[in-house]
Amino acid sequence: MGSPYVAEQSSVSVIMLKVLAALVPAIAAYVWFFGPAILVGIALATATALACEAAMLKLRKYPVKPFLMDGSATVTAVLLALSIPPLAPWWLVVVGTAFAIVVAKQLYGGLGNNLFNPAMVGYAVLIISFPAAMTQWPAPDALAAAHLSFPDTLQYLFGGTLPDGIKLDALTMATPLDTLKTQLHLAHSVGDIRHMPIFGEVGGKGSEIIALGYLVGGLYLWQQRIISWHVPLAFLAALFATAGIFHLIDASRYVSPLFHLASGGALLCAFFIATDPVTGPTTPRGKLIFAAGIGFLTYIIRTFGGYPDGVAFAVLILNICVPLIDAYTQPPVFGHKDKKNSPQDGRP
Amino acid sequence: MRTLHHFNGGVHPAQHKAESNTRPIVAAPVPPRLVVPLHQHIGSAAKPLVKVGDKVLKGQMIAAAEGYVSAAVHAPTSGTVTVVEMQTVPHPSGLPDLCVTMETDHEERWIAHAPLDYRAMDPSELRNHLRDAGVVGLGGAAFPSFIKLNPGPAQKLQTLILNGAECEPWITCDDRLMQERAEAIVQGIEIMRFMLRPEEILVGIEDNKPQAIAAMRAACALADFAVEVVPVPTIYPGGGAKQLIKVLTGKEPPSGGRSTDVGVQCFNVATAYSVHRAVHHGEPVISRIVTVTGNVRQPGNFEVLIGTPVEQLVQLAGGAKDGTNGYVMGGPMMGFTLPQPNVPVVKATNCIIASSQALFSPAPPALPCIRCSRCAVACPADLQPMDLYWFSRARNFGKAQEYALFDCIECGCCTYVCPSHIPLVQYFRFAKSEIWAREKEKEAADLARERHEFRQFRLEREKEERAEKLAQKAAAKLEMLGGSTDPEADAKKAAIQAAIERAKAKKAAVTPQNVDNLPPDKLKEIEEIEARRAKAKEGTQQDS
Repeated sequence: MGSPYVAEQSSVSVIMLKVLAALVPAIAAYVWFFGPAILVGIALATATALACEAAMLKLRKYPVKPFLMDGSATVTAVLLALSIPPLAPWWLVVVGTAFAIVVAKQLYGGLGNNLFNPAMVGYAVLIISFPAAMTQWPAPDALAAAHLSFPDTLQYLFGGTLPDGIKLDALTMATPLDTLKTQLHLAHSVGDIRHMPIFGEVGGKGSEIIALGYLVGGLYLWQQRIISWHVPLAFLAALFATAGIFHLIDASRYVSPLFHLASGGALLCAFFIATDPVTGPTTPRGKLIFAAGIGFLTYIIRTFGGYPDGVAFAVLILNICVPLIDAYTQPPVFGHKDKKNSPQDGRP
Repeated sequence: MRTLHHFNGGVHPAQHKAESNTRPIVAAPVPPRLVVPLHQHIGSAAKPLVKVGDKVLKGQMIAAAEGYVSAAVHAPTSGTVTVVEMQTVPHPSGLPDLCVTMETDHEERWIAHAPLDYRAMDPSELRNHLRDAGVVGLGGAAFPSFIKLNPGPAQKLQTLILNGAECEPWITCDDRLMQERAEAIVQGIEIMRFMLRPEEILVGIEDNKPQAIAAMRAACALADFAVEVVPVPTIYPGGGAKQLIKVLTGKEPPSGGRSTDVGVQCFNVATAYSVHRAVHHGEPVISRIVTVTGNVRQPGNFEVLIGTPVEQLVQLAGGAKDGTNGYVMGGPMMGFTLPQPNVPVVKATNCIIASSQALFSPAPPALPCIRCSRCAVACPADLQPMDLYWFSRARNFGKAQEYALFDCIECGCCTYVCPSHIPLVQYFRFAKSEIWAREKEKEAADLARERHEFRQFRLEREKEERAEKLAQKAAAKLEMLGGSTDPEADAKKAAIQAAIERAKAKKAAVTPQNVDNLPPDKLKEIEEIEARRAKAKEGTQQDS
């Protein structure tokens, strides 16, 4: 053992635990407004993730226990579960999580070696392969025409059957972003759309409180120095600015930027997804560029693209750019500021 | 108030200064035997001047500086030389080096030594005196100080900095030295000022040493030249020369250059003290202050003769407590484990820490790098340690150098913060040694290639010379015989003759083709024709 002989008390598992702790406020809001189905999804995803990770590690002849205990698979599972509808059938959760862990993470080399954000890869696979199942978002409890008890929920998720007299339509409702998109296509103006019951103060009813939960959790992570300010600020600023420009151009066709911040996966992305250290840039300037790119693309896909939320694809597209971003944003090294051959862009 | 600048990064390990900085320095007794290594400094080892059996006096030069970057080594006390041999020295490799071992006679008989009138001396003479007094940097690097005391072609300096930061945890020798011998340090600074002629002199001391700051301020007030004590924020590695220069002056010494390129020179306060002893007392460097701390019963600071076995020092500190599993020389961030406890104290030994499981618990097994970039945030040299790690591990040394591997000061901040417990600084040390080894190989290969090419050239040349000589000899002989010496005419004749022979051979060699599948009567016909032709040829040949 060489120097240094002392070290800070930190570990990967502590980081992952804090991330999970930061998600608790949002999950609590989720259950409050949309029922306990989300907890089933989270549990199922976590179990699948750990099982897949253990199997892959064994296949690759790696020690299983230290990697399972590092918590990274659990975080991937929870983030994916939070991104997909809680009323999605059990096999949707399993397929998405398995793909995320086996293909996006382990086949690329395991912890620290994956190029793409595993949760977002899982989400992309699901939304492209099972678009119908991925639209079964629950209506907020306050607005739902019918309610499922917890045993009924389990029955539906695992058995696929609903109690007599309750139809799926009574339980689900289009998300605020989805509603917005559809209604805009029907040539209604933003002002009119905003008065529909699904919308709350800033975003969607219920989901805006969940967004607030993500914000609270994110600020905790920042205070704990798990994440730096660069990614959340740049992402939210870019999303806000892009939305703001369009909103100024035509407020009846382009909804307010604050709505965009409070909707869909924006705040989840800002603090939990785009901040994934493995798949993001390592330089401060790089993080700003990366996050701004995601913010901009998210708006474009949401407004002009084919999907109601653009976070996942925006993240995956920027993941491809990360090595390039890193190479061109190397900060100046101490004592190199006057040198001609400084590695300021990492190129030979 | 002076504006201070700051450097990026740095960490705050637990300081552990109070264990050893509350008691005054204790003079260590003379041990029965001293083992004095001859290579205690950066540069070439000193050449031994004594042999077995020689009686030496305290302060006598026992090895002379060899080459430019070198310093002399002296007998720490009077006695008899017993061995001049390889012994284990305090070096991370554990390899032995040449040492002069001597039995001490406890009489402490000094060589003749007297103060120098340094102001009347020629500057280079004064520098040589310091080299011959064995003055080297006592902050840990042990670079021969006389070289740094050369003001260079500019003949002056902007800022002279004295480094009293002592940023590593556990080490308190400079703290006690400043508290107890501040005036002597300032007298050393005065001599340095005479040699370097700086515009300003600053003494940087971390603000966790209020008594040292007070003592140095009092001593500086008595000086008849301007010297300012500047407290700096306590952060590791604030005592690194480059970092301290940045904090005090805002300038960054250029990579690959020297601090004098920005008009700054930096010395440890203990070095200033030894300059004072060398000039005002004529004493060479034969002892230093060493902190003995960690898992010992009475940690403290000792004034120790060079060559004292570390084991003895540990006994002075009350002995090692149970659970001691080794000794670290230096601090916990940049020190190294001694190969064995009876290695000698050398000029670079600022601290000995008795380690144990409780104090320095072994690192958990390393996980993969998750690119969290805490290491980059902590790096005081603004490097990207996670990228250097990937490149070093992949043995991609070209890229590692592009990412400024050699600007790494090996402070250990990156390893300190890594949540995956990756021994980052070990990878960088490995990469640096690999690159150096390859450079050496390349130089050797280049040299071999040059020699080979020259050899080829030489052989060719000799061949040509020989051919020429032979040709000349042949020409001379031919002339003697009187034959035509015109090579062209000869060649023509030979060609014509050869053509005639070829034509004859062609005529004689005309043979029928495609005879294999002919019927027997045709074959007979061909035979008869051949026989007649042969006869005819005989006839013509007889004629010509």
